[in-house]
Amino acid sequence: MTRRVVITGVGAVTPLGIGSDTLIDRWIAGESGIADGFGRCLDFEPTDFLSKKEVRRADRFTQMAMVAGDEAVRQAFGEEVELPYDRYRVGCVIATGIGGLVSLEREQEKLITKGPKAVSPLAVPLMMGNAAAAAVSMRHGLQGHTYAVSSACAAGNNGIGDAVRIIQAGDADAMVTGGAEACITGVATSAFAAMEATSASGISRPFDARRDGFVMGEGAGVLVLEEKEAAEQRGVPILGEVTGYGVTADAYHLTAPQPEGEAATKAIQFALADAGITAVDVDYVNAHGTSTPLNDAAETKAIKAALGERAADIPVSSTKSAIGHLLGAAGAVEAIATIEALRRREAPPTVGYEEPEAGLDLDYVEGSAKPIVNGDGPLVAISNSFGFGGHNAVLVLSAD
Amino acid sequence: MATQVSSENVEKTIYDGLVELGTERDDLSREATLESLDVDSLDLVELAQIVEDEYGVELKGDDVKDVKTVGEVIDLVVAKAG
Repeated sequence: MTRRVVITGVGAVTPLGIGSDTLIDRWIAGESGIADGFGRCLDFEPTDFLSKKEVRRADRFTQMAMVAGDEAVRQAFGEEVELPYDRYRVGCVIATGIGGLVSLEREQEKLITKGPKAVSPLAVPLMMGNAAAAAVSMRHGLQGHTYAVSSACAAGNNGIGDAVRIIQAGDADAMVTGGAEACITGVATSAFAAMEATSASGISRPFDARRDGFVMGEGAGVLVLEEKEAAEQRGVPILGEVTGYGVTADAYHLTAPQPEGEAATKAIQFALADAGITAVDVDYVNAHGTSTPLNDAAETKAIKAALGERAADIPVSSTKSAIGHLLGAAGAVEAIATIEALRRREAPPTVGYEEPEAGLDLDYVEGSAKPIVNGDGPLVAISNSFGFGGHNAVLVLSAD
Repeated sequence: MATQVSSENVEKTIYDGLVELGTERDDLSREATLESLDVDSLDLVELAQIVEDEYGVELKGDDVKDVKTVGEVIDLVVAKAG
């Protein structure tokens, strides 16, 4: 029988503030963490949580992963130093789209202005994409499967999905997993602007007719996953379950999605099949919803193709309307937002959505949050993440 | 390289450097071991960069691999400069 995987801890550092409750409460209230065209984590002061040395030894994306990880691990495992499992059976998969770009650009500047001898010996361990996974593993003594996942803006979902598979395969009893990204830097902002992927207006309004690109955000989301029976045995509160995971690739274009979203549709269908459910069982969709013209059109087609008539009956909203696009952290933060939305039985709004576009005719939760309705039982959601390179990763999540 | 190499000056540079790397100033003394201060090989490379900037003295990994205390680091830099 398949081992089931439950969520017992969540932690987030986002433009809405520190903590997963802050994220969901403020998003449900329709608030936005975007200012001056960026979703920066202005409340995040690393020395509030980490020693001076820990801060020096970690790029910003790693610092955020450490703080989100502390929150999630504390919730799941308490303040105890000892893990409730064999350390070699608890792993750590943390996704990132880009890695330690802040550090890379700082050291590049030193190289150019002061020469090679000025480059820090910490440059590589800070910039490497697996730095967050390594740091969170070290911080909590997690000695099982530990590595980074990199699939651009789908990475957060791929990280969680891989962690689920590792537990299902019996290679771990628990996993600390998620994603982290902090690359609001000169190179990244210029590059995204050059390809006209980011919004010239600086406004994130997914699915709205006026949308003109995504708004870059930064942050981290970390979840603790456990094998269900083991979690039940030790009596920890269960927040929700990851019941399905579907992955496909477009094999189409380096940055543009397939216009009809065929592979994205497949990813949703595979995720539903993996969960053993059908479209009618889905109560809410946390969309990838980047606010780019191409994504939101293709994603809408994919949701309709995969969910059929059900698509018109359920709320579909985008976390990116409130925090911008957290790239490799997006899927992880959005999985947390989805689970917490299900627990509160409320679909948070697509903040700023006002003007419909022909063909984009789903219920994008305009204005304010609305109830997710389906009796008193557990609610089911899908959370989509798609990335440059044509990566499609979909999670099915459920919660009481 | 303008700074004169004296034991006092080097001590100040090393102490300031270690604080910059995250060590508590109150924990610093010539007798304090690098291990007790949680100063590892990566810190020593960074410290070597600070020393080289200040005194033009190049410290390689081999030079510092047997160094145990803060005082020994200071003496090494002074000796190398002299």
